[in-house]
Amino acid sequence: MEQLTSFGMFKALQERIVSESCPEIPTIVVPAGTCGQASGALELIRAAHHHILKNNLQARIRIRATGCHGFCQAEPSVYVEPFDTFYPKVDPARMKDIIQAALEGRTVEDLLYVDDAGGERIERLQDIPFYRHQKRTLLSQNERIDPLEISDYLKIGGYTAFAGLLADNDPARIIEDVKRSGLRGRGGAGFLTGAKWEFLARQADGKGKIIVCNADEGDPGAYMDRSLLEGNPHSILEGMLTGALATGADQGVLYVRTEYPLAIRHLNNALRQARELGLLGKNILGTGFHFDISLVKGAGAFVCGEETALMRSIEGKMGEPRQRPPFPVQKGIENKPTLINNVETWANVPVIFRMGVEEYAATGGGEETGTKIFSLVGKIKNTGLVEVPMGTPIKDIVFNIGGGQSGKGGVKAVQTGGPSGGCIPAELFDLPIGYGSLAKVGSIMGSGGMIVMDENTCMVDVARYFMNFLKGESCGKCFPCRKGTQRMYELLDDIAAGRGTPGHLDLLEELALVLKDVAMCGLGQTASNPVLSTLKYFRDEYLEHIENKRCPAGVCKALIHFSINENCTGCGACVKVCPEKAIKGERKQQHVIDAGLCSRCGSCKGVCAFDAIEVR
Amino acid sequence: MVTVTINGLDVSVEEGMTILEAARFIGFPIPTLCYHEGLSPYGACRLCVVEIGEAPRSRLVSSCTYPVEEGLKIRTASKRVVQARRMIIELLLASCPQSKTIQDLASAYGVRTQRFKQEYEDCILCGLCVRMCSEQMMAKAIGFRGRGTERSVGTPFDIQSDVCRLCGACMHICPACQLRCTYNEPEKAICNACANLRPPCLEKEQYDDMMCYMDPCVACEIK
Repeated sequence: MEQLTSFGMFKALQERIVSESCPEIPTIVVPAGTCGQASGALELIRAAHHHILKNNLQARIRIRATGCHGFCQAEPSVYVEPFDTFYPKVDPARMKDIIQAALEGRTVEDLLYVDDAGGERIERLQDIPFYRHQKRTLLSQNERIDPLEISDYLKIGGYTAFAGLLADNDPARIIEDVKRSGLRGRGGAGFLTGAKWEFLARQADGKGKIIVCNADEGDPGAYMDRSLLEGNPHSILEGMLTGALATGADQGVLYVRTEYPLAIRHLNNALRQARELGLLGKNILGTGFHFDISLVKGAGAFVCGEETALMRSIEGKMGEPRQRPPFPVQKGIENKPTLINNVETWANVPVIFRMGVEEYAATGGGEETGTKIFSLVGKIKNTGLVEVPMGTPIKDIVFNIGGGQSGKGGVKAVQTGGPSGGCIPAELFDLPIGYGSLAKVGSIMGSGGMIVMDENTCMVDVARYFMNFLKGESCGKCFPCRKGTQRMYELLDDIAAGRGTPGHLDLLEELALVLKDVAMCGLGQTASNPVLSTLKYFRDEYLEHIENKRCPAGVCKALIHFSINENCTGCGACVKVCPEKAIKGERKQQHVIDAGLCSRCGSCKGVCAFDAIEVR
Repeated sequence: MVTVTINGLDVSVEEGMTILEAARFIGFPIPTLCYHEGLSPYGACRLCVVEIGEAPRSRLVSSCTYPVEEGLKIRTASKRVVQARRMIIELLLASCPQSKTIQDLASAYGVRTQRFKQEYEDCILCGLCVRMCSEQMMAKAIGFRGRGTERSVGTPFDIQSDVCRLCGACMHICPACQLRCTYNEPEKAICNACANLRPPCLEKEQYDDMMCYMDPCVACEIK
């Protein structure tokens, strides 16, 4: 494609792409993000290519490998345009049936999604409960574009909003619009994006200004940003271009963690394409506006998601935070004014201008606007990425979209906000999701991790797990964070091992409160949240561990023991899997577990078909 | 000049000063560990926290890094501040009880016991030696490695640094090992000269040849 040097050329190119797109030709869409590839999407694509080439169907059907569609539970899945058909967990051998059906305009009945509740087969993607209850403003673009093709992004109206704003050339109005849209930082802190942009725009121009996309997503079990980076890299570039136009920045940096190789590849490809087309670099669309973006790979530290640490990492120094003020916007990378926004924030910017500020501001409940992507994982039926308007009650996400608990135990709590977040008990599930509401109950929005826990989850163990993560990821610069997380882990470990005393709880709480107050950066200040929120809502579980030396959920190994009840049929399945040879018994007789040998690994419980293994 | 309120007292201080400098200038003591007048502020030990702003929106910040602002309300010894400092001291005492500096701090704040598992670490990673080496001695022989509990001060790959001039300034400024007389057995408060005092970049044998900045050097006195 030739370089675009005017708005006219941009418009003409876009019109040409749309007119040549032939939307009536059926397209087999396979989500092939990192997650899709791991569950076998590439096999599906291979099988589909094979069938199409063999039967010479190239002109009649197309294949598109896209980013993640969010429904992890159903991967590898296939989605067929324009019929909107959705097939979960597809076997590569069945690809030819799907292709034939698509050519004939029908569906493959036996491959369709089966609803758990109704038991009926659902044909259209939009009707599946997991998708039906969402509002997928950002994620729905993932189905429609091939992340490696800029023309796909242009086809769905990409870069139009930016080109329009560039033509108007009114930075103050862009900032005003972003402010009016009510967009808040999706990285977790929830600072008003428009206000942040205004700070940067007000800085003196002399040295040059930098805007950064923070793609150092490190929370365990959270991958919202990855799906956007992999599935729709151009939306992030367009967001950053808009930001640069509004704030007068001339340099952009994408800070991506090395653990996301596919995202890095897609971003590099997107950068190259945008540069070739003249949408990035010098003299963009012939307007004299210069802006270019470089990509920096993170070196694998959780703390580099914190903005001051991130800036140091970009400068090539050790990734550790420093005290603010001075804020990045006053003194950032190489002492230049710097603005840092999260991936999802940048991806929201083009959406605001494409759908209109008023409409965007009307999405969501109360003061918080727009949609937020959550990474719904844990003991839940439908795991995946869900996008809902702000203000959606937690119970809607857990039960309507997530489909409720996956195992036998009822849902006990959700943990939001990653390792520095808190646990919200089931009694509070009516809570509308938002920055303020989550903070009020002692958790945080964070970048959008949401882990569902059921009655087989021990809250002491959860707090211990997160504290172990934080103690390893604390940079170690500030003393209370380095030692505080280590000490909290030790105390929790004592409680889980049955060595806890009432003094442990007091000390734990005291330390957690002080750490929240004195730590240097966000990581340390929120590191207490897992402890404080579980202590607040699940104190009785802690007391049970300490006073009665009992783990109610049957998780803490030192406090549980396994036994076999009269349900046992003597089938011997448990005997075979027991690694310690601790189970004895005659065939067809009730077996017994030798408590002295038992290592409490739970293997026997996993294989018992008769519910005969009791954990107490 | 900017006007700030420190512990209820309205004072005029020079613009550009940090809260710590201003408070000490006026005469309010604030304890520090990782701060030194001759080095850039680091804000890592968090002992110098003060409360700024007004309840319920007041917060704790490290005074060594926070610049004074017009109208700022500062409390250097509120209940919240003292509670935080006591907990930090308790943590310090649990990790590095041999340090005279830390013992003095504990005594000043009435911290008599610590409730954690006792450790005997040599270093609290205040970073004074690293900054001393790079900012005053212009050597950059030592730096930080690792993160979290693995973090330590030393030379790259633990090989003696070519740029180290054996000046001993790192030892001189160290609050953890300064005047520590504990021999190899930390429990015994018997002087072992400075057996475990050596710059992180030095081989032990070379200790005899180097300049000593201990003032007064307990080891030399006893010898």
